[in-house]
Amino acid sequence: MAQLIKDKTIAVDTWKTLELAESETPETVALPAGDIIFPLPVWQARKTEIISTCKRIGLLIQPDERVEDVAGDLEYFIVIAVNFPKFVDGRGYSTASLLRQRYAYQGELRAVGDVLHDQLFFMQRVGFDSYALKDGKNAAHAVNKGFSSFGDVYQASTSQPQPLFRRRS
Amino acid sequence: MYKYDAIDRQLINERVEQFRDQVSRWQAGELADDEFRPLRLQNGLYIQRHAPMFRIAVPYGMLNAAQLRRMAHVARKYDHGYGHFTTRHNLQLNWPKIEDVPDILAELAEVEMHAIQTSGNCLRNITTDQFAGVAADEIIDPRPLAEILRQWTTFHPEFAFLPRKFKIAISGTEQDRAVTWFHDIGLHLKVVDGQVGFTVIVGGGLGRTPIRGEVVRDFLPWQDILTYCEAILRVYNRAGRRDNAYKARIKILVQALGVDAFAKLVEEEWAHGKGGPATITQAEYDRIAAHFTAPAYESLGETALPEEKAFRRWVDRCTQPHKVAGYTAVTLSLKAHGVAPGDITSEQMEVVADLADRYSFGELRISHEQNIILADVKQADLYAVWQIAKENGLATPNIGLLTSMICCPGGDFCDLANAKSIPIATAIQARFDNLDYLFDIGEIDLNISGCMNACGHHHVGHIGVLGVDKNNDEFYQVTLGGRQGNQAKLGKVIGPSFAANEMPDVVEKIIKVYLEQRSDEERFLDTFDRIGIDPFKNRVYEGRAHGKAKAADKETA
Ligand code: HEM
Ligand code: SF4
Repeated sequence: MAQLIKDKTIAVDTWKTLELAESETPETVALPAGDIIFPLPVWQARKTEIISTCKRIGLLIQPDERVEDVAGDLEYFIVIAVNFPKFVDGRGYSTASLLRQRYAYQGELRAVGDVLHDQLFFMQRVGFDSYALKDGKNAAHAVNKGFSSFGDVYQASTSQPQPLFRRRS
Repeated sequence: MYKYDAIDRQLINERVEQFRDQVSRWQAGELADDEFRPLRLQNGLYIQRHAPMFRIAVPYGMLNAAQLRRMAHVARKYDHGYGHFTTRHNLQLNWPKIEDVPDILAELAEVEMHAIQTSGNCLRNITTDQFAGVAADEIIDPRPLAEILRQWTTFHPEFAFLPRKFKIAISGTEQDRAVTWFHDIGLHLKVVDGQVGFTVIVGGGLGRTPIRGEVVRDFLPWQDILTYCEAILRVYNRAGRRDNAYKARIKILVQALGVDAFAKLVEEEWAHGKGGPATITQAEYDRIAAHFTAPAYESLGETALPEEKAFRRWVDRCTQPHKVAGYTAVTLSLKAHGVAPGDITSEQMEVVADLADRYSFGELRISHEQNIILADVKQADLYAVWQIAKENGLATPNIGLLTSMICCPGGDFCDLANAKSIPIATAIQARFDNLDYLFDIGEIDLNISGCMNACGHHHVGHIGVLGVDKNNDEFYQVTLGGRQGNQAKLGKVIGPSFAANEMPDVVEKIIKVYLEQRSDEERFLDTFDRIGIDPFKNRVYEGRAHGKAKAADKETA
């Protein structure tokens, strides 16, 4: 199980992510009950059904999926999980920036997949506030050091929308 | 020169501690090799042929004497007592130990130096023209904007894991000396109707698929450069290919979409960021620009120089016109014959630092041609500078000439090499050792790379040499007619490749054709443009009808 870090502490994960078996399609897959994170194609295919049956809805976005396509739906999601299939695939950082800055998404923004200690500082800066740390990693050390690598930052981004040059006295 | 404030200093100190923690977690097995790799690369640390290789940043080529002394010390204490200047304003050490790198970084941080983003798939070191601020043909000093860009690129959270490396060059002179047409983003400062801005070029690059960049915006007000670059980078980060490292550079994206469609995507993206908080303020520009004011020049007239032939020769080749009367910019050649181009020993670094302190306001520049520049020398001091430089092997009067070649580390150090490059450079230098002859030949850029990654810029050499591998043997392919500058262009391959020991002959034949064909004062490149590639081809492959066929056979084998 991935260890969840939320608001800079180790937390219990109440969410399950819907995974499709080979034989299933977004149109046919059974929609489970509970706190479910739905892959984007499932959301797109079954939106009305999901809205009418689920109290709390999560969304999973892959690196090549466009947030633009669900920009109008953001009010429905309690959590949006952005997948990093490999930690060196940096598309998720732009996804997060867009969600927070352009589409003003206010809910939980979770990094999932190959999420490592050394990416946490950057991830929090683009707007993530929860992280499903990769299995086998030292979550305590990550919480301790991963968020506080630097005391200040030069450029504007989600966590600090004013660049340093507008804040320097 | 830019001086750190408390926050800049804090950031690089924190970087040292972050990297120390990463190295120790890697040593403890908490970070796998694969996980550590991008982290160490973003800190300029490669694992190469013999040992780790470590790349220290010299942002936009500016250094002070204390920094160069520290590099001398670091090279002596942690390496073999020398370093290698690259084509991208960096100094490479070829033999440090990984476990020493945190300590090296700590020593560098004390003099405001670092290795941040000198490698890896991130925003790399910003480069510019070595004569920035003093060039007679300068329109706008690019250094304040280069520093503003440096800060913006440093630890940019959205763009630390790009599809591939990303290089930005900025030029503020009439003649481009920063190879802006061959960078991921090339920025040309200009003034239109009294307003300062940039021509923005995107998608240039050398490497295995060399492409000249395209203008995506003819004029961008300087205040908008950060928001506009964000837009370019966001488009690239999202749409750039990640399935194939060879097709991952932004140049491939620009070509695939076409420049107009690409520019349109950037404009759409920019519409959201334009005018936002990252728009540069005049106050910030002024704050940064105050670091780059002119040093305390004296009012001097032009000085008459001694007639001594050797000295005059050096002045001819190694000095550059200066904005201020009575001053000149001196290039110290790191292209002494018999030495690997760009190599400098710790002792030489110390001599150069002393020269800077005594004769050039304590500052230095690194050029992408792998030399060091003293930018503000009084003409009256030239003779003294020359004597000290000469005693220390730094006054070879060959800047711009055949033996001042650009050359990558090649097979002697680099794991990716198909062939050695340094011995080729040395052999050509040995062949053209006669200074009168060299002077007579005149301006020629000879650039050598050990593989198609093109670290030695062979595509933009008037004569380019590329190491290729055939059946595990080292061969060299020759290109002609490439050039940097405003008319930047890729060279053309002349034909089948040559063995290492043929290379001095090949170059000599090319030179002979030029000397026979040139009209008065014509430079090599002008002759080449006038007569075309065939006369050179014919001479080089003359009498090799069989050889040529044989070589061609081999190539298809
Ligand atoms: C020995 C360690 C080095 C390694 C492993 C290395 C690796 C590479 C690789 C893989 C590329 C191709 C990148 C791409 O097309 O995406 C490249 C390009 C390049 N490297 Fe190096 N390099 C090394 C040293 C150097 C040095 C010493 C210099 C300067 C002399 C340099 C300057 C460049 C330049 C200018 C390019 C061309 C970039 C472009 O496409 O415009 N590199 N290098
Ligand atoms: S051109 Fe090739 S051989 Fe030379 S340094 Fe670059 S990667 Fe190495």
